[in-house]
Amino acid sequence: MTDTSQTAHTGKRFDPFDFLARYGTLIALVLLILFNLAFTRNFATIQTLNVNLTQVCTIVIVAVGMTLVIATGGIDLSVGSLMAISGALAPMIFLGKIIPIDNVYLAVAAAMVVSIAVAGLFGLFNGWLISAFRIQPIVATLVLFIAGRGIAQVMTNGNLQTFRVPQFQFIGLGRVLGIPVQVILMALIVLAAAWMLKRTVFGRQIIAIGGNERAAELSGIAVAKVKLLVYAISGLCAGLAGLVVIAINSSSDANLVGLGMELDAIAAVAVGGTLLSGGKATIIGTLIGAMTIQLVRYTLLANGVPDAAALVVKAAIIILAVWIQQQGRAHA
Amino acid sequence: MDTDNLLSMTGIDKRFAGIPALSAAAFTVARGEVHALIGQNGAGKSTLIKVLTGYHKRDTGDVTFDGKPFEVSSPQQAQANGISTIYQEINLVPYRSLTENICLGREKRRFGLLDWASMHREAEGLLQRFNIRVDVRRPLMEFNTATQQMVAIARAIGFSAKLVIMDEPTSSLDEREVGVLFNVIRQLKQEGVSVVFVSHKLDELYAVCDRVTIMRDGKTVKTARMDKIEKIDLVSSMLGRSIEKAEGHATAFTARDEKNIGKILLSADNLAVGQIVQDVSFNIRSGEIAGFAGLLGAGRTETARLVFGIDRLKAGAMTYGGKTFEPRRPSDAIAAGLGFCTEDRKSEGIVPDMSVAENMMLALMPKLAKSGVIDEKAQREIVEHFIRKLGIKCSGPDQKVRELSGGNQQKVLLGRWLAMNPRLLILDEPTRGIDVGAKGEIQSLIKSLADQGLAVLMISSELEEVIEGADRVFVLRDGISVAEFDRAAATEDALMGAMAHGNAPVVEEAQI
Repeated sequence: MTDTSQTAHTGKRFDPFDFLARYGTLIALVLLILFNLAFTRNFATIQTLNVNLTQVCTIVIVAVGMTLVIATGGIDLSVGSLMAISGALAPMIFLGKIIPIDNVYLAVAAAMVVSIAVAGLFGLFNGWLISAFRIQPIVATLVLFIAGRGIAQVMTNGNLQTFRVPQFQFIGLGRVLGIPVQVILMALIVLAAAWMLKRTVFGRQIIAIGGNERAAELSGIAVAKVKLLVYAISGLCAGLAGLVVIAINSSSDANLVGLGMELDAIAAVAVGGTLLSGGKATIIGTLIGAMTIQLVRYTLLANGVPDAAALVVKAAIIILAVWIQQQGRAHA
Repeated sequence: MDTDNLLSMTGIDKRFAGIPALSAAAFTVARGEVHALIGQNGAGKSTLIKVLTGYHKRDTGDVTFDGKPFEVSSPQQAQANGISTIYQEINLVPYRSLTENICLGREKRRFGLLDWASMHREAEGLLQRFNIRVDVRRPLMEFNTATQQMVAIARAIGFSAKLVIMDEPTSSLDEREVGVLFNVIRQLKQEGVSVVFVSHKLDELYAVCDRVTIMRDGKTVKTARMDKIEKIDLVSSMLGRSIEKAEGHATAFTARDEKNIGKILLSADNLAVGQIVQDVSFNIRSGEIAGFAGLLGAGRTETARLVFGIDRLKAGAMTYGGKTFEPRRPSDAIAAGLGFCTEDRKSEGIVPDMSVAENMMLALMPKLAKSGVIDEKAQREIVEHFIRKLGIKCSGPDQKVRELSGGNQQKVLLGRWLAMNPRLLILDEPTRGIDVGAKGEIQSLIKSLADQGLAVLMISSELEEVIEGADRVFVLRDGISVAEFDRAAATEDALMGAMAHGNAPVVEEAQI
């Protein structure tokens, strides 16, 4: 095994599996769009675009945090419950149930900051369990997956909170230049995270930890600190997503906010091409993954396939994506 | 003697992807014999054992066991046929009771249900043969390593093993526990059970073994009675050189100028951690290449890990640049100007899916960044500089590091540390698994780095490398630094003597 043979092997030989693993999801998305343009009535309208984008926003926001967590080789099951907590806390603050705040803008600002921060702190708690006690991420985040929703229900006594506060609901219902605010939020978060992952030391360290944690530690990377931060970011993303959901619904039900979100987010990450074992991650891929899943569902529903069947198709897509990923890796 | 043989393996060949791991290996074990199997890392001991137990399929060769040809395709099958293996990392079930561990796989049934009473009795009986009286209903994890080891042996006996293979059974035991284990081995012997004993601690072999087979480069180079072979012969057979042999120039290291060597940079006194490092003292001067020689398991890597802050000291102290040095984690050591190229490049060195540039910049990256944002341009310049300087063969900085050869991966890792401009570089087996050309390049590089004032701590199992490369050699033996030689005194004789005998008089002479 000489060097020349090794470099020759990595030459520009076309590997269909590698190509599929890289661009498969994007190709699927384009094909879906073409299919809909041809067969689905009223597809090429702003309204359809908005429906799909708003559907996918909260999933993408959560999935961005999830991508970072998965890039370190971890997983975060608590995101749905953290959404419920921030979703329960915010109305309590801006409706003045905790301390009355007269100025509505101040109240809304406080509600947003505090509830997102609280979700971030819970994320920090996940990271602490994982890095300080070396608990497996799936077990450590299971704690808040279970307890988190309980906490949200206790906070609200299990009651539904309804409200009509346009200043707050701007993040779910408002528009800037015709674009839904939540879509703008999503775009900002996606861009910031993609830039961070690619251009900053922190991003590089996340990937290094997922790629080889021992080597990362021996290179002086503060592995525990990076993990703490990553889970905190995942918490912050979940917190924001929780607020968007309740803003859209004009109500907050601790039983329902973010229910099943952890699985939707993981699915988006997996379909997007991020390795579930860590060490390779793409934020843009996650965005495309989430949109593909959403569009498949929309396509089926728009063409008269019942929602239950759509779920089965969604599962099939995840299996296919993971299979292609593995093939790409085995052939690399 | 042939008729007494319980096991006979002859002409065993095994190749992995075309590379021979065993060639014409032969191994015989007599009935009721304790037979040592020794050799350096990669000599083929584990492969031989795995071929015997059916884990690997041999390419050619014959195995006869208990008078019959022996063909098995899995360790389970081997166990059912009388060969049990006890691995280094004990493979039992920690949360289950001793009884369950001992009887796992051959549970007794009564009316279709498990017959616990009878199984407990049997487990107790088996353990009592080794003078162990414990509650067999307690889970395994509540007991110490030695007892767990005994449970593994009892389990092997329970399968009515005729041959028990013990792979470094003493590595996690303390002195007293080793004594208990040896009694058990002697008892097995009395009962006519044969034992294959793999260990790197030569004294243990003399204490308990009847014969020894030495492996090197996939061949069984020598079999001898323990009472007929000197320690020094064991060492020289393992390393593959005779004591009388004249010295040639086998490495790319060339003579060094004494004036390049400066003041003491790192000094370590009586370092200890657990059983592996018991009492190690050494020092390194700037611009000096200090070598660590010793057999496998002598505690060389473990000492390096202490210096680099990976493991914490239990006893002893270090000074670095004249000040007390207490690294609590690798980043502390790195901040102080240390670098560590680990022996296991795959699991502790490279991040395989990252590029050459990303791997090389892993340690330097934070220093080079402007408020957390990577300075791509500066990075690229440094990476390209080191690719040229170290002669790394790659398609460019963006090639994935896993696609490079072993020698080039090693150079990338060297680059990772050199980019930090370190004062002390620890190299653990820097040329292992690297082709001859790259090996020479790395050796010349190490020398020229030392000439520029870098202190190098080089751990190597290749005698030529330490003898020709190091300005001073420290010999470690069973976790103790037993001898120190300067360049003139570091001969193969002297080093092998120290590796075999430690403080024995032979070494005192050599040290003068």
